[in-house]
Amino acid sequence: MSDAVTLTSPANESRPVLRERGQREVFCGLTGIVWLHRKIQDAFFLVVGSRTCAHLIQSAAGVMVFAEPRFATAIMEERDLAGLVDANEELDRVVDRLLSRRPDIKLLFLVGSCPSEVIKLDLSRAAERLSKKHSPSVRVLNYSGSGIETTFTQGEDACLVAMIPEAPVASEDAPASLLVVGTLPDIVEDQFSRLFKQLGIGPVAFFPPRNSQSIPSIGPNTKFLLAQPFLGETARALIERGAQHLPALFPFGAEGTTHWLKAAADAFGIPELHFLAVVAPGRERAKRALAAQKEHLAGKSIFFFPDSQMEPSLARFLSRELDMKLIEVGTPYLNRQLLSAEMEYLPETVTLSEGQDVDRQLDRCRAAKPDLVVCGMGLANPLEMEGISTKWSIELVFSPVHGFDCAGDLAGLFARPLYRRSVLKV
Amino acid sequence: MQLTVWTYEGPPHVGAMRIATAMKGVHFVLHAPQGDTYADLLFTMIERRGARPPVTYTTFQARDLGTDTAEIFKTAARDAFDRFDPDLMLVGASCTAELIQDDPGGLARALNLPVPTITLELPSYQKKENWGAAETFYQIVRGLATEAPAPKAEGAKPSCNILGATALGFRHRDDVIEITRLLNTMGIEVNVAAPMGATADDIRRLPQADFNVVLYPEIADTAARWLERQYGQKAVRTIPMGFQATCEFVREVAALAGVDPEPVLAQHGSHMPWWARSVDSNYLTGKRVFVFGDATHAMAAARVAKEELGFEVVGLGCYNREFARDVRACAAELGLEALITDDYLLVEETIAALQPELVLGTQMERHIAKRLGVPCAVISAPVHVQDFPARYAPVMGFEGANVLFDTWVHPLVMGLEEHLLTMFREDFEFNDAAGPSHLGGHAKVEAASRPLPEPESIPVAAQVATQETITVLNWSPEATKELSKIPFFVRGKAKRNTERYAAEQGLETISIEALYDAKSHFAR
Repeated sequence: MSDAVTLTSPANESRPVLRERGQREVFCGLTGIVWLHRKIQDAFFLVVGSRTCAHLIQSAAGVMVFAEPRFATAIMEERDLAGLVDANEELDRVVDRLLSRRPDIKLLFLVGSCPSEVIKLDLSRAAERLSKKHSPSVRVLNYSGSGIETTFTQGEDACLVAMIPEAPVASEDAPASLLVVGTLPDIVEDQFSRLFKQLGIGPVAFFPPRNSQSIPSIGPNTKFLLAQPFLGETARALIERGAQHLPALFPFGAEGTTHWLKAAADAFGIPELHFLAVVAPGRERAKRALAAQKEHLAGKSIFFFPDSQMEPSLARFLSRELDMKLIEVGTPYLNRQLLSAEMEYLPETVTLSEGQDVDRQLDRCRAAKPDLVVCGMGLANPLEMEGISTKWSIELVFSPVHGFDCAGDLAGLFARPLYRRSVLKV
Repeated sequence: MQLTVWTYEGPPHVGAMRIATAMKGVHFVLHAPQGDTYADLLFTMIERRGARPPVTYTTFQARDLGTDTAEIFKTAARDAFDRFDPDLMLVGASCTAELIQDDPGGLARALNLPVPTITLELPSYQKKENWGAAETFYQIVRGLATEAPAPKAEGAKPSCNILGATALGFRHRDDVIEITRLLNTMGIEVNVAAPMGATADDIRRLPQADFNVVLYPEIADTAARWLERQYGQKAVRTIPMGFQATCEFVREVAALAGVDPEPVLAQHGSHMPWWARSVDSNYLTGKRVFVFGDATHAMAAARVAKEELGFEVVGLGCYNREFARDVRACAAELGLEALITDDYLLVEETIAALQPELVLGTQMERHIAKRLGVPCAVISAPVHVQDFPARYAPVMGFEGANVLFDTWVHPLVMGLEEHLLTMFREDFEFNDAAGPSHLGGHAKVEAASRPLPEPESIPVAAQVATQETITVLNWSPEATKELSKIPFFVRGKAKRNTERYAAEQGLETISIEALYDAKSHFAR
């Protein structure tokens, strides 16, 4: 039997954070559509925006995703802005065309963009109007993925907040249930489901659901775990609905996953011995898988540019389970409350930075000469050309990285660039 | 509002970025919200550039609106100048910044930078990427090429500029090398190639050339017309894509430069004409080809397809309206109506309905073709990482003609293989579901007991066509089975012709007889 697990209560975190204001080399919240549209299989995402928005989404995945996409852009044109036509009428026309093409769509998101926000196009009223018109076959919701309001993964946060009012209300005497919040690959959901079942925790639901018709009900006996660290607004909205948040480390690596599962086990009164017995095999598998990657990673220094808000959690994993040396951990936004447990586990020596001035951050990065840099695709090749190994951060959002059985794969994502550099002779 | 699934062109500021990134010593300060920096990855990932594009974005956020976005712009411009020390600054706004009307030009002038600063007006809600690139290049040329040329020295070689190559262009890198070599062989000096590789000083030297070669009218036409008006520089507008067009290009250039074209034409060294005449190329005859791309590449490809490979062009179109008139005229000569649209869904419908045997298109059409099970070769931007091959692969000049032959013929099933597939439809491992034998990655051949396709199972290509064309017709099970025996590369055509024939004849059900009646009816 392995070591016991205890949850530490976060101390008053007062570590200094470097806050910067300058050019931010990050995606906007629209990018979340790239994975959300695959997760919720009967939902469609219609961005109301400009040609830039359409171009962003098709470019953001690095390659164009050409399966019939469940997203599109209603591109605003001169006459929409000049008031020659009523933008709302135009939007209705576009939605009609879209829904007639895709009768399988049950949930339509109108997604606000920078231009639609700046001209103050009221998408919530449009969503209400269109919902009435297309009821009951299609429900229409709205959220903003604009770059002026959201950074990358905050788009998912905004999308989930928009879905919460759709969740049925669970009554006060409903049995306790667990809600896992944040988009997870289907295979990871299945892995977690098995673990919760073995632990004796249930019923368990995942949010967002795979189908819009199965949004889980939420009430005062709903306890929720966040699977992703970027869901601050979603957590707040769930708490407003009476649900209880179970604070924990995020489920990256053996330690994070154990801690996360433990938070649920404690909330459901699962006996300690049973918990340890259930998690032991997964934890051992994770540790074995990590040992293989540790060879490449231990002692290596790493520098994170801000991207997904997952950076502090990943840094904790790399530092504690793989002995990597953290230089700077940048995040677009540091949610101290959700990350309080993570912050406790980060070494004192690391520079935490929030926001960005990309040129200055590049100066710091070059000066520090890290062994590995985690950054967006706009920076990766230029840094490689300078001789610095990089890991593109978007892959961390697109791959199964949560839980015991993905811990080795997660470490592998960081090890591969270093290993590759060591084998290439050109 | 326009419902868009995929776009052929980005916004105009991406066009401006393509110019700035192609040039040297230029920096572009773009007033834009957070998120617009995605455009960097087009250059660093798709084109694999080893340096960031020379662009500073202001990346303002909601909290900045109505307070100090103008100040943010000024700070960004000043910092960018100090850090990057450019010889030329470009300033402009992306779609969102256009709405907040901060006047980047005025703000930049107020900074009194010691280098030329050009303000770009990029109307994002009217124009697109190619227009933005053309406008940017034109404004740079107009702003810098202000001095009339010095009188030409006695006995100096004739010289020209090569205009239009940019970052993210389809094979621009290699086309410029190929055409420069060709011109040099003719005894003509290349004064400046721009925008790709040019500095601000190079742009100032443009008027010194005797004439201009416009390789990419989408990018350079506006600037070339201005240079012609201003300095009387004639422009060569023949696009040297394909063997014949390259010969015509050589003659046109020679006439302007006053040199003899014949030595170069006599020693062109291209394999393409012989490869096309070679007897094994017979099977290419009359293959039905759909051509779509930017106007320049699409028109050139249509001619090569018809006259140099012996294909039949069954559809021709472009996504950039600026050159629609030329494409319409070109299509009319082929007896076609041009498809001028940037609506990806319409292009898809058209291809499905036409059932071509080969698609020559952009990366968009490559995916449409993949879905419909039709072979495809890429001939035009928008580009993908695959369009930046490690090897030398121009599409212009005599070597370019070789490349076109190889690239377009490669996706097809080879001649003898075609016959064998037709004769022995039921071979379990050598059948059309396995795809051309020289291309990997097709459906796995299953065990030897692999069952024949059920009569109902019509391949995806045919199913799509059914939905898009005439759906009311009933195929008898026997006729459907017979149809499935026709190899995939002609099955779509056979199905379409039979349904058309049945509709004309008022048949309710398509029998095997109707299938063969239609075959003789449409026999060429």
